[in-house]
Amino acid sequence: MRTSLSENYFKQLWRGVSSTLIGMRVTFGHLFKPAVTLQYPHERWTMPERARLRIAMTYSECTGCGACARACPVDVISIETLKAPADEDLGVTKNGTKKRLHVLKFDVDNAKCIYCGLCIPPCPTEAIHFVPDYEAMQRKRGNLIYHFSILSVAEVDAIRRRDQEAKAAAAKAKSSEAATVNPSSTKTDEP
Amino acid sequence: MLATLLTVAYLVGTISFVFLFALFAVWFERKVSAWMQDRLGPMETGGFQGWLQTIADAVKLLLKEDIVPGKADHPLFRLAPYIVFVGTLGAFAVIPFGAALVGSDLNIGLYYVIAISSLVVIGILMAGWSSNNKWSLYGAMRSAAQIVSYEVPIGLSLLVPAVIAGTLSMQSLVVSQDGGFWNWNFLKAPPFGLLAFIIYFWASVAEVNRVPFDIPEGESELVAGYATEYSGMRYAMFFLSEYANLFVVSAIAATLFLGGWSAPLAFLKFIPGPIWFLLKSMALVFMQMWLRWTLPRLRVDQLMGVCWKVFLPISFVNLLAVSFWMLWVG
Repeated sequence: MRTSLSENYFKQLWRGVSSTLIGMRVTFGHLFKPAVTLQYPHERWTMPERARLRIAMTYSECTGCGACARACPVDVISIETLKAPADEDLGVTKNGTKKRLHVLKFDVDNAKCIYCGLCIPPCPTEAIHFVPDYEAMQRKRGNLIYHFSILSVAEVDAIRRRDQEAKAAAAKAKSSEAATVNPSSTKTDEP
Repeated sequence: MLATLLTVAYLVGTISFVFLFALFAVWFERKVSAWMQDRLGPMETGGFQGWLQTIADAVKLLLKEDIVPGKADHPLFRLAPYIVFVGTLGAFAVIPFGAALVGSDLNIGLYYVIAISSLVVIGILMAGWSSNNKWSLYGAMRSAAQIVSYEVPIGLSLLVPAVIAGTLSMQSLVVSQDGGFWNWNFLKAPPFGLLAFIIYFWASVAEVNRVPFDIPEGESELVAGYATEYSGMRYAMFFLSEYANLFVVSAIAATLFLGGWSAPLAFLKFIPGPIWFLLKSMALVFMQMWLRWTLPRLRVDQLMGVCWKVFLPISFVNLLAVSFWMLWVG
């Protein structure tokens, strides 16, 4: 059914006016609503206690088995270990696993981490885990590599030196033992 | 000698008022738009609600490099912002801020206001043409198309108070509405005074190029319209004139329809006139901001349709009705 021109005209006029008034009522209502904005550096959300935001690890719990580094799809975790000598006791972790390795280096490169969490289930001692920390910005890319080893450079050097000395002593003992068994073979082995 | 000094003082006062108002209005608009969108708006600069933000922005604009495009028409390009500003500032000459606070009480004040505020469009057209940029030219042409649409209903609805009061002088128009809000023009010859007020208000939104009638600078299609090639201080001039113009149209609406500097009730007369005038103008400025953050932009043909098919016939009938009302009733 066709409506007449004048009828349409006033209908449209009324529609324009009324819809404008409806819109203005809505915006006026929002004028007094509290803002949803959070003034970030001054105020921040409290994260849930177990929020999974960044990879971290408890150094004292680590056995240095390297399961997490093997599980990582992007090779973010780099671990360096040295076997502890038989006379040195590194203690046990909370779940009773004996620590046999010195963990010289445990680095997580947050620049490469994809936060998949695949490194966490393989850990036998639950040393590696997520922490609720989301402010990971750094001015230099290198600072995104988190060093979790608590050993100082001097301590690492000392452990390495002791290991080398032990190895050298062992090799010497072995070679002298071999020399007594077969003296002629030592000459051909040495370069 | 004293008269000259007073004139200069009034001029300086007006210009500083325009600057202060523009700084305040930009800040206020940001806050209003933010609150309407459940945001906070500027909060950092200057402490309380970021009140220093627009001042910092103005300083930034003034310190920027002065860039004129190589293929622009240099003299016109440089001149355009000042013409726009002068056209806006000129209207302040006849706006009565108070009983004794008016630049010049012309006996054709209303006519003068309509004439001088149309000068703005010449500046815009100059800016668009001299920029040598298609967006600028589109914006300028749209502005020219817009002025012929909104200026006719504005003129016709501004004639309604003139018919009611029988004068074109702005000061006499205010005096004729003195004595209480029921004497104000928007309540006279009901509903025709109110209708004229509404039509003037809506058409003035088109005059100041604001949403929903901001098609000359519609940023989603024309970058920034006529202001595309402008930067730094010249852009600041455009911005300043835009907000000054916002005040001018609101002040004219307040003067002609809402009693200007006269108090709404007799016992409120102890509050000085300029404060009433500014209150009324600011309320209308807020209305314009409210509209801007509510409505979407119209198409060019929709603007033409609204102006020629709705505002124009209604304001014609309105003017006729008021004339007969004054003849037979008033």
